[in-house]
Amino acid sequence: MAMFRNDNTPMIDRYRWWEIALIYCGIFAFLFFLLSPFIEGFLVSLKPLSQLFSSPYRFWPENGSFAAYFSMWETVPGFARYIFNSFLISTVATVIVLLLVVPASYAFARFRFRGMGLVLAAFLAVSMFSGAVLLIPLFRLMRTLGLLNTYWAMIVPGAAFLIPSAIWLLRTYMMRIPPELNEAAYMDGASQFYTFRRVILPIARPGIIVVAIVTFIGAYSQQFIFALTFNSKTEYMPLPIGLYAFFGKQDVVWNELMAASFVGILPALVIIFFLQRYLVGGLTAGAVKQ
Amino acid sequence: MTTSRSAMIFAWALLAPAILYVLIIVAWPLFETFRLSFTDASLRKITNYVGWRNYEKIFNETFLTVIGRTFIWTFFSVLLKMVIGMCGAVLLNAAVPGRNLFRILTMPPWIVPMAIGIFMWGWMYNGQFGMISGLLQRFGLTDGPVAFLAYGNTAFWATIVTDVWIGVPMVTIYFLAAMQAIPKDLYEAAWTDGASRWTRFRRITLPLMSPAIITMSMLSLIATFNSFDIIWILTQGGPSGQTTTMIIDTYQVAIGSKKYGEGAARAVVICIFLSLFCIAYFRITRRLHATEKA
Repeated sequence: MAMFRNDNTPMIDRYRWWEIALIYCGIFAFLFFLLSPFIEGFLVSLKPLSQLFSSPYRFWPENGSFAAYFSMWETVPGFARYIFNSFLISTVATVIVLLLVVPASYAFARFRFRGMGLVLAAFLAVSMFSGAVLLIPLFRLMRTLGLLNTYWAMIVPGAAFLIPSAIWLLRTYMMRIPPELNEAAYMDGASQFYTFRRVILPIARPGIIVVAIVTFIGAYSQQFIFALTFNSKTEYMPLPIGLYAFFGKQDVVWNELMAASFVGILPALVIIFFLQRYLVGGLTAGAVKQ
Repeated sequence: MTTSRSAMIFAWALLAPAILYVLIIVAWPLFETFRLSFTDASLRKITNYVGWRNYEKIFNETFLTVIGRTFIWTFFSVLLKMVIGMCGAVLLNAAVPGRNLFRILTMPPWIVPMAIGIFMWGWMYNGQFGMISGLLQRFGLTDGPVAFLAYGNTAFWATIVTDVWIGVPMVTIYFLAAMQAIPKDLYEAAWTDGASRWTRFRRITLPLMSPAIITMSMLSLIATFNSFDIIWILTQGGPSGQTTTMIIDTYQVAIGSKKYGEGAARAVVICIFLSLFCIAYFRITRRLHATEKA
């Protein structure tokens, strides 16, 4: 007895009922592991503080409410600013990365020259070193440039570590653009720059958009160490550091912290749901087939 | 491909901004780390060269323990990511209704700001009020509350679990993509020959995916070795230093105690390990490409 059988299903994809049951059990266990912090976090955000700090543990909130989603703005008045800061930092970092990476990827995709392999390998090697390893000289560099405690202290180093994967992704995309286009443009007497600007860039736009999205998400999700170390001004803090504001002198306001986390997550979730088709393709495109 | 002189100049011009940026923000700090590791740099204005003294100072039993701990932490984290990621990819590859939705649902830990996910785990690990301890007590698996982050042993594994949680989605999606690149007719031929599902996985999927598995474990190894946020937010290296990895240790010395020189020496040791991983990675991927072409 096989389920979901219709004549189009290949024989190989037909399962017996217990196989289906096993697959679903496996999938639910897997997704439970990945989503349980969010489920628990969401339930916590609905619970009143008194119920949170009571034993025995209760999974479901009793008389839960969205009160924390309103009171959080009063507990930490700067929270909207932190979200804005996170967006600003990610956006500027993405713009910088694109300005650097779009020409560089084109060079890697279309030109053969001595030392290219080495330069490409050097770019990829950058992703090995996390900011944590280079923190000391970066701190001194930021201090020398007078960038400590400004947005730039978080943007400039953050962008550097987003470059390697962006180059890898966009290079793969641009290699698929037929070289005949370049030859045709050359025949018509177009200059190299004109070809790049008027022929390649318009065609590469979908790839550039994917790289922009992936870079933005990377920048949005990894704002911690530079913000922790290079900035001490409250007004410039991004979301992850701003969440520490819910850690009071005595207790942590956990329900508001979780509510605030969900407000901060929201943009990322919206992006996933609208752009998931690009995302799955984009995140793996550069990886599997080189 | 034609590579005229003007084309070459143009290519280098395209690369120049990116190269310059990386030179200033990554290469120069890397060089500075090596230089500082031979100095007694701190908050003071004057900095003296002290030769190998920083290295002599750090190579003691505590530091060797930290190195050992970092490797154990990294090993188990990468291993679990690969195993769980592979299970996830197999499950999400099965032709059952709803799999597109399930695929999207794997992404949140990867996409959501890391710090937020870690805060949520911090609450889950809470002994008095957290979910894990609460459920364990409910089902009678433990007598009293378990404060996971308060004891070295449980904190060590708790940080690993959180790191695995953040790493699994990427591994899963990557493995899934590699799995879908395997030609379908191989499976159909094996099915015609009466090979069971397990045999097909063992004899077709695993061998054909080995390049992807090796590549991913190397990339994951490098990323995990560099992991900072998780341990810092959950335990700051505690209790009593039992979750202190090399990165955390370096941060504490360099930024916490402002001993830039000593911190730089520790960073150099990390860089040496990372370079070895990187060389291994490039050699392995090159060999994989060579066998693919043959």
